[in-house]
Amino acid sequence: MTTYVSPRAASWLQAAPFALIMTCLVLIPLGIIVVVSFMDFGFAEIIPEFYLGNWQDVLRSSLTIDTYVTVFRQLAYVWTITLVLGFTISYYLIFHIRSNIWRAIFLAACAIPFWTSGPIRMISWVPLLGREGLVNQALMGAGLIDQPISWLLYSEFSVIVVYVNMLTMAMAGPIANSMAKISPSVIQAAWDQGATEWQTIVEVIIPLIKPGFVVGTIFIITAVMGDGFLVRAMSGNQVNTPAVAIMNEINAFQFPPAAAKSVVLLVVVLTMVGLLLRFVDIRKELAR
Amino acid sequence: MGTRRTTSFYVLSFIFAAFLLFLYGPMFCVYLLSFQGPDGGMSFPMRGFSTVWFETLFTAGGRGVGDIHNSFIRSLRLGAIVALLTMLIGVAVGMSFRRRYPGGNFVFYSAIISMIVPGIFVGFGISLTLNMLGMRPQWWYSGIGAQLTWSLPFAMLIMFIILGRMDKAFEEAATDLGATSFQRFQYVILPLILPGVVGMFMAGFTSSYEEAARAGLNIGTGNTMPMELTGLLGAATTPVMFAVGTLTTLFMFTLVIATLLFSTTLTKRRQLRLSSQHA
Repeated sequence: MTTYVSPRAASWLQAAPFALIMTCLVLIPLGIIVVVSFMDFGFAEIIPEFYLGNWQDVLRSSLTIDTYVTVFRQLAYVWTITLVLGFTISYYLIFHIRSNIWRAIFLAACAIPFWTSGPIRMISWVPLLGREGLVNQALMGAGLIDQPISWLLYSEFSVIVVYVNMLTMAMAGPIANSMAKISPSVIQAAWDQGATEWQTIVEVIIPLIKPGFVVGTIFIITAVMGDGFLVRAMSGNQVNTPAVAIMNEINAFQFPPAAAKSVVLLVVVLTMVGLLLRFVDIRKELAR
Repeated sequence: MGTRRTTSFYVLSFIFAAFLLFLYGPMFCVYLLSFQGPDGGMSFPMRGFSTVWFETLFTAGGRGVGDIHNSFIRSLRLGAIVALLTMLIGVAVGMSFRRRYPGGNFVFYSAIISMIVPGIFVGFGISLTLNMLGMRPQWWYSGIGAQLTWSLPFAMLIMFIILGRMDKAFEEAATDLGATSFQRFQYVILPLILPGVVGMFMAGFTSSYEEAARAGLNIGTGNTMPMELTGLLGAATTPVMFAVGTLTTLFMFTLVIATLLFSTTLTKRRQLRLSSQHA
């Protein structure tokens, strides 16, 4: 005595809770940010009147430029390092490790550190990079320096190190996934034609891993551009990025100016991601 | 590559080993330093071994540990509820994509947007929306909702993968034998995808137990673990933070390994049943 439901209605029913959550908790809130950016504000309150002051402040302030220069510099470092490191690791695991079991063990070994909570992974750099940390102790012990290097911790350097520590696998994962899809016969063919290992990498493998490279790059962009916690903790509040500026204003209950800054950052991030997505059919990539 | 070990193999092995050291080194420092003696500080050398920092954590007068106990309970409760919802809603949306339907693209791309928008904006947007509606954030609606915006898109992707790998022949056989769509789901599809569904529950739990950017502004009164720990970062002066790190890692390890075992047992049992029937 089952009642008949048309396939289309069945799909709608199945997707409804998901679609409802995405609409009410992602799409509408993002719209609200845009709306609030055009509103006036008092102490810890939003005044629902049309007001352009937030936007004038954001667009005229030289601070805006400074924060973007900082975050793009961080992004350039982190992206370059995670890309080279992520590619190297993936290449090693996919093309040099022949046993499936060892490959699985090595992949698991890379994933296990991420079971430790994020803030703890951040603080774990303190005993290494601090003034009395292991790195300074080792350098002094080796006689390379006379006094501890102070810029190892609570500086842009420590921010970059921790980003690389946290994000290399986000780049390596999608790249390894793309590499695993390359048919061994393609590699064998290049090999048989007398290509060196380097030629095979440059002319065969790199062109074929474009999707993984794009997905990994998107992960890095959203993580670095959108993060405020890590930068604040690892720079000791000394480095200012757009996300840190937004978090500071939210903490001070200045919601409309924070909203205006958010819209700018959102447009920047989505433009970058949108440009990248033009190079790859994301839906086709994920379905396989 | 090729049949013989080239120089590049050894160079790459060295790089990989160095990378693992880079990943594990800091964490081993945390585990080691959590057993620092009572006079020891937050960096090496070790001044004796003791469990005094774990004791500090568990005794009432723990210095510099804030509200760790309660935030752990809150994180656990939130993670479990989010994981359950993620699993149910994730399976449903995954099943919906087995046919093409109008609006499917909207559902798919809304998930992609949720994944690529930095979390702080989703969290900020939800809290602004509540503000406009004159409501206060509470963990059981805005808190859970904020976490779902992060865990659900991943659940959808996991469903794509496990449904894509499923052998359709079983299902077709069931249809040929006259099974209704509900029977097909209950007796054929669900048992086949069950290990993946367990994985989805786990992914939902770990992602929400850990997440702070989205939930931060929407939890209401009372921090969860990542927020509490972030708050303590600046104030930490004793190895008691490292004791927290050791314990939470131990907790995570136990949980993930238990899930993996459960999941493999499910797969094994199914294979045994299948092979005994074919024999």
